[in-house]
Amino acid sequence: MATDNLIEISNVDYWYDRRRAILSGIDMAIPRGKVVAIMGISGSGKTTLLRLIGGVMKARKGEVKVDGQLVNKLNSDGIYKMRRRMGMLFQFGALFTDMTVFDNVAFQMREHTNLPERMIRDLVYMKLHAVGLRGAHRLMPSELSGGMARRVALARAIALDPMLMLYDEPFTGLDPISLGVIRNLIRRLNDALGATSIVVTHDVQEALELVDYVYYMSDGKIVAHGTPQELLANREPLVHQFVYGEPDGPVPFQYPGRNYAEDLKLGARRA
Amino acid sequence: MERSTLDLWVGLFVCAGIGALLILALKVGNMSGFNTADTYQVYAQFDNIGGLKPRAPVKSAGVVVGRVGEISFDDQKFMAKVTMTIDKRYKFPKDTTASILTSGLLGEQYVGFVAGGDSANLAQGEVIKLTQSAVVLENLISQFLYSKAAEGDAKK
Amino acid sequence: MPERAIYSIRRLGHATIDSVLRLGYAARFIMLTLLHSGTGFRRLHLTIRELYFTGVLSLIIILVSGLFVGMVLGFQGFQTLQTYGSESALGVLVALSLVRELGPVVAALLFASRAGSAMTAEIGLMKATEQLSAMEMMAVDPIARVVAPRFWAGFISMPLLAAMFSAMGVFGGYLVGVVLIGVDEGSFWSQMQSAVDFREDIVNGVIKSIVFGFAVTWIALFEGYDAPPTAEGVSGATTRTVVTSSLVVLGLDFVLTSFMFRGV
Repeated sequence: MATDNLIEISNVDYWYDRRRAILSGIDMAIPRGKVVAIMGISGSGKTTLLRLIGGVMKARKGEVKVDGQLVNKLNSDGIYKMRRRMGMLFQFGALFTDMTVFDNVAFQMREHTNLPERMIRDLVYMKLHAVGLRGAHRLMPSELSGGMARRVALARAIALDPMLMLYDEPFTGLDPISLGVIRNLIRRLNDALGATSIVVTHDVQEALELVDYVYYMSDGKIVAHGTPQELLANREPLVHQFVYGEPDGPVPFQYPGRNYAEDLKLGARRA
Repeated sequence: MERSTLDLWVGLFVCAGIGALLILALKVGNMSGFNTADTYQVYAQFDNIGGLKPRAPVKSAGVVVGRVGEISFDDQKFMAKVTMTIDKRYKFPKDTTASILTSGLLGEQYVGFVAGGDSANLAQGEVIKLTQSAVVLENLISQFLYSKAAEGDAKK
Repeated sequence: MPERAIYSIRRLGHATIDSVLRLGYAARFIMLTLLHSGTGFRRLHLTIRELYFTGVLSLIIILVSGLFVGMVLGFQGFQTLQTYGSESALGVLVALSLVRELGPVVAALLFASRAGSAMTAEIGLMKATEQLSAMEMMAVDPIARVVAPRFWAGFISMPLLAAMFSAMGVFGGYLVGVVLIGVDEGSFWSQMQSAVDFREDIVNGVIKSIVFGFAVTWIALFEGYDAPPTAEGVSGATTRTVVTSSLVVLGLDFVLTSFMFRGV
C-alpha cells in the first residue's frame, strides 16, 4: 500500500508509569523522500518517538504506521522484517568494537543475505567510499575519531539500502568539518537512495539548514511544526526561545526550588 | 585473531580438558588396567581379608615384592581368594606364610610374606597353603572379654 | 522512631519484591538464551571464538592454582596423617579432596572471577554503548548472536577446566608428597586408585562442575545484559557477578554434596 506518507503517527501516547507521560497526543505525517527533523530540548521525548517508529518500543495508545503497516501490531517476525528496511544511526555510532570497520559494514549483509564474499567486499567498499572512509576499512573502531566512527556507522546503516533512515543526534560532539560532512551525507544519501530520513536533534543551526520539515516537541507534545523558515519566523515564546537559544524564557534558567533569600537565610535572626 | 589460529587453540584446549578427564578416570580412579611386567601369579585363601584392597602391596621383610590383584569369594569353601602378582625376581618357598597386616595404626592393609624353609619354590598359579587372616577388632575384643569372664569363673 | 522502622520494613519489602522480579527476568533470559542457541551452533565459529576467550585464556590461572592447591594439600595432608602413621594415605587425601570438592568449586570460583566478570563487563559495555540496540535495529537478535555463544562456551569450558584443575592438583600433591617429602610412590598411587571410585567420586565431581558452569555463566551473562548502561552500572554488575556466582557455587556445592555423598 503505497501512500504519500511513509510514516503516519496518530494520537500516540507513551508512558513508563501512568503518572508521568513521556509522549501525549502525538500526530505526525512524514512524506516519502523528505528529510524531517524532530527537535526539542533534552527529555522532550524525541528519542522515545524514534524508538516507537523503529518498533523497539510499542505505543501505549494510538497508531504508528510505517509504509502502511501498523508497527505496534506487528509480531517479532514482522518487526524484524520491517527493520531490515530501516537504517539507524546511533548517537555515538555504536560500532561493534570487536570487529574491523569492514566487518562492521558487512555485518548486515552477512547476517541477512546469502551474498558471496566477493560481492560483499565490493558492496562494503562502495558504502565506505560513499562516506569517504574506504581507506580505513582495516581499522578497529577504537582507532577511529568520533567523526570517523559516526561515518562508518552511517555506512553500516545504509548497507542494505534502507527506505527509512533514522538519525539519533547525529551532530552531537562533532568538530565543524565533520559536522559539514555529516550534514552533507545525510542529504546526499537520502536523495541517492530515494529514502526518507528522520533526524532527531537539538542542533538548530545544522538542522534548519538541512531538513525539509521540522517538528518541535516540548514535554512530550508537538508544540510547533513547519518548514525551517516557518519555524524561524514563529513568534511563540517556547519555540522562539529554542530556535534562538535564549537562556531564559518559558524554559526557566533556575531549577525550581526554594526562594533564594530563604536559602541564604537572609533576615533570619541569629539565635 | 585469525579463525584458524582460534580453532587451533580451542581444539588444544578441548583436547587438554578431555585428557585431564581421562587421566583422572584412569590414573587417579580405579579404572586402570594392570601393567604386566615380569611377574608371576600366586593365590591364597583367607578366612577374613579385613580391609585389603586390590593393588595393595605385597611385602616381605618390609620390601614391596608385588601387588594384590583380584579379590574374590570362593563359595565352595566360603573363604576369600586373593590373587597376587609377584615380581619374577623374588622367589618364595612353597611353605611361605601369607598374612594380612596393617601398616601403622590406621594405615592401609597389605599382605606380608614370611618365607618358610621349603626348598621348592612357588610357581605360577600355585596356592599358598599357610595363611593368616586379618585381625578383626571386634573378635579381638570379644575374645578378651570372654577370656576375662573365663578367668573370673575359674577363680570362683 | 517508629517512622524509621516502618521505612526500613518498606524498603525491605521493596527489595524482596525487586529480587523476585529480577529472578523471574533472569529465568526468562536463560530460557530465551537456550531457545535461541541455534545460531551459535549453525555458525560454530561464533561459539569457538567465545570458547577461546573464556576457556583458553582461563587456562593459566586454573593450572597454576590447581598446582598450588595440590601442593598445599600435600604439605598439610602429610602433617596431619603423620600423627596417625598413615602417610601412605596422602594420595587418597589429595585426590579425593580435589576430585570431590576443590576441583569443581575452586575452579568455578576462579572461572567466575576471570571469565565470568569478563563476560559481564563485555556485555554490559555493549549495552552501554548501544551496540546491542544497534544490533536489534539491524534485525539481528542480540541474544542469539552475542549471549548464546558465550553461554555454551562457558558451559563447555567449566567441566574441562575443573578436570584440569584436579589433575594438576593431584600432580602437585605428588610433587610435594612423593618427590619432596618421600612418601612411598607406590602407596601414593595405589591407595588413591583404590579409594577414588570412578562413578562415586569422579563422575559426581564432573556433574558438580557442569552445574556450576551453568550457574556461573548464567549469572555472568544476565548481570551484563541487565546492567544499567553507565560506567557505574557496568562496574557494579561485574562485582555482582563475582559475588553472586561465588555464593551460588558454594550454596549449590552444599546441596549437591548432601545429595551425592550421603552414604559414603
